[in-house]
Amino acid sequence: MTRAHPMAGASALSRASSAIGLSRRGFLQAGAAAGGGLMLSLRLPLGPCDAEADEARDFAPNAFVRIGRDGQIVLTMPYAEMGQGVYTSIPMLIAEELDVDLAQVRLEHAPPDPKRYGNPYLGGDQLTGNSTAVGASWQPLREAGAAARAMLVAAAAQRWSVDAASCGAQRGEVVHVPTGRRLTYGELVADAARVPVPEKPALKRPEDFKLIGTPAKRLDTPAKVNGTAVYGIDARPPGVKIATLSQSPVFGGRLKRVDDAAARAVKGVRQIVRLDDAVAVVADHMGAAKKGLAALVIEWDDGPHAKLTTGDIAVELESAMLKPGAVAQNIGDVADAMARAVTRVEATYQVPFLAHAAMEPMNCTVHVRSDGCEVWVGSQALARAQAAAAKTAGLPLDKVTVHNHLLGGGFGRRLEIDGVIRAVQIAKQVDGPVKVVWTREEDIQHDMYRPYFVDRMSAGLDDKGMPLAWNHRFAGSSVVARYIPPIFKNGLDSDTVEAAINLPYALPNLRVEYLRVEPPGIPTAFWRSVGPSHNVFVTESFVDELAAAAKQDAVAYRRALLDQAPRARAVLDLAAQKANWGQPMPAGQGRGVSLQAAFRSYMAHVAEVEVSKAGAVRVRRVVCAVDCGAPVNPDTIRAQLEGAVIFGISAALHGEITLKNGRVEQTNFDTYQVLRMDEAPDIEVHIVASAEHPGGIGEPGTSAIMPAVANAIFAATGKRLRKLPVDPAALKRPA
Amino acid sequence: MAYDIEVNGTKRTADVDGDTPLLWVLRDVFGMTGTKFGCGMALCGACTVHVDGAPTRSCITPIDSIGDAKVTTIEAIGATEAGAKIQKAWLDREVVQCGYCQSGQIMSAAALLASNPHPSDADIDDAMSGNICRCGTYVRIRDAIKLAAQSNRQGG
Repeated sequence: MTRAHPMAGASALSRASSAIGLSRRGFLQAGAAAGGGLMLSLRLPLGPCDAEADEARDFAPNAFVRIGRDGQIVLTMPYAEMGQGVYTSIPMLIAEELDVDLAQVRLEHAPPDPKRYGNPYLGGDQLTGNSTAVGASWQPLREAGAAARAMLVAAAAQRWSVDAASCGAQRGEVVHVPTGRRLTYGELVADAARVPVPEKPALKRPEDFKLIGTPAKRLDTPAKVNGTAVYGIDARPPGVKIATLSQSPVFGGRLKRVDDAAARAVKGVRQIVRLDDAVAVVADHMGAAKKGLAALVIEWDDGPHAKLTTGDIAVELESAMLKPGAVAQNIGDVADAMARAVTRVEATYQVPFLAHAAMEPMNCTVHVRSDGCEVWVGSQALARAQAAAAKTAGLPLDKVTVHNHLLGGGFGRRLEIDGVIRAVQIAKQVDGPVKVVWTREEDIQHDMYRPYFVDRMSAGLDDKGMPLAWNHRFAGSSVVARYIPPIFKNGLDSDTVEAAINLPYALPNLRVEYLRVEPPGIPTAFWRSVGPSHNVFVTESFVDELAAAAKQDAVAYRRALLDQAPRARAVLDLAAQKANWGQPMPAGQGRGVSLQAAFRSYMAHVAEVEVSKAGAVRVRRVVCAVDCGAPVNPDTIRAQLEGAVIFGISAALHGEITLKNGRVEQTNFDTYQVLRMDEAPDIEVHIVASAEHPGGIGEPGTSAIMPAVANAIFAATGKRLRKLPVDPAALKRPA
Repeated sequence: MAYDIEVNGTKRTADVDGDTPLLWVLRDVFGMTGTKFGCGMALCGACTVHVDGAPTRSCITPIDSIGDAKVTTIEAIGATEAGAKIQKAWLDREVVQCGYCQSGQIMSAAALLASNPHPSDADIDDAMSGNICRCGTYVRIRDAIKLAAQSNRQGG
């Protein structure tokens, strides 16, 4: 992928060496604790003089590396840590080239500043999402480390009056190899700051990597097992009040009137805040705020969507598909090929709205003053959070300080800034800082949801059962069209159709059409594995249907279409082999496979399921083979796949948000069920050795597992499920 | 009214309504933010603490029900033998992802290990299925509990 933002490389390195503002100092940090481990702490801003004086003496050759005279190495993290391990994998990239140990570094979260910290894979917007962090950082952040190292080495060589080529670096020291003389990086800070930033620093050869490719202990975890890690919800600026809120239960509705007499009588309740479409109770603690909220008598004007149901939306999507859509990909001549086909297969698929339900409910802490605004939040989109706060507060951008925190799960939810806007709206009416915490019910009922999609598939097979024609038309919301309007063009965007097009299979005639249909009365958003979360379920279920129609083995059928896709074929072979594909299974059990090329990574999953007589589905075992390019932290790759599989099975078996009378029917984890320990399968992950540019890993396992489960259910029961989540009633067998 | 409770060995006072859940007293009144809010209905386990050693969902436990019982939270569980073993196993097995639910997971697991030094898979299912992890770390949680139990077997 091309870089859409010129941040990377030497030009940006020199530009970024300018003084660093105060705000940078106030972020969550991982630092060396007294005991030698790493700890995370929220460091409050220092006085401006202190901060500037400190930083003037630092060696800061670029926006990512800063070394103090005391030798303290600070790495600035451009991506948010939400469990995916970037607070370890990104430091590994820098530390590898800087020649320091991970134990020697302290982490700071980057301030909102897209010019320096924009994501080159996502148009330079300062976003953590779409499984891009490691791939987008692979070149520029290794270069950031290498440039700093080269400058430190040059400074030492000058000091010793020797050739820089005779010097090396290790563990934070420059070594003059012939004499064994050493200088620590801290001792070289002043001199190194005067060395010109190298245009194109040399990078290590992969065979010389000491960190990259070797499982590393995560830097963020010690603080997460003893209660000291600080998430957005844990921010406690002095004097903070706690608020919780009720937003219009129907999207687009308004607040009509509130009787707050009983709420104001609750001990600890300080204030009731009325907004156009919400009401909040501000209190000394969340217990009082919730009790106060429950005591409010609220009347809503439900607005235009008062009668909306999910069924209405599905009908609208189905009728939209009577018309042709925007052509996302066209190969050959599908109509002609369909006419020549010996067998035709047709199917309609549907996937539901889904909530994110991150464990940390939505929250944001804000202090609005007449001359500025301070925000404490965990965000995947820090610069957007800052801009939204500024706009809502009516302040210029430079008067808004945003402190990012660890995220208690993101999954796409924290790419949105609706929670920041809400909190600033409330804070504008409150004297002093206020932390707005959503109840779980509010979090689920006012999420922004993975879109509902309807897909119509048809295929024509030749006399051997192989596909001649592949025709896919689908309708649903484009999140990109709202979130990044410029890249929605000609009725299409790259995310909504990802993995519906550019299939790994050799399909001689293929046509994929998309119809953008925005559902009324329900907001949509990115959800872990985004476009593929829907497309891969459809395409990999349908390939399975074709194999069944051709009376062929599901792996062999796919394999026959992969002559031109060696990386895809290799993961398919590996997963099949490790899963004992083809070995018989007991009655009521079955194996299903899926193959996916998405997020610049390849993966194959084999799921084993057991279906009870009552139709209950239990996933017992999952085998995953992945080629995600050069592995940076292999243990994180395993962990991300294990987690993505659980996330995907939760959705496939249980996940569904429905509307009735314009209201989301699900409220909490009793009605929006997710997988628990007693439902979790055994999961095996096999990583293919590769030297390719790193691909994504946080999301792809979620989209890939869903069709594997559906295909396994077909193998176990002979019943093809074309609608998620799985309906046990459809799988019930006669007693 | 004011309630005196003992948390992690220290007497503390909270002037709140008697029906205020312990969770909010810990987090918002005492400023002990290691215990997490997830659902408010004892459905997810993120708020688990120990009350006299028993794993307890603090989000539905009113402050006036505590009385003289001793409350232990994630901030102090490392001072118990089972808690320290669980924390170590969590790091050895690299269980944690986002980490938000892990305070509650560790409190549930420490209570399990303290009462049952050698839990079976079924025991682990029983003790841990009330704790949701959206990152999906269940496979590693199971492994880590077994690892911690193994150190029991070795007398450690």
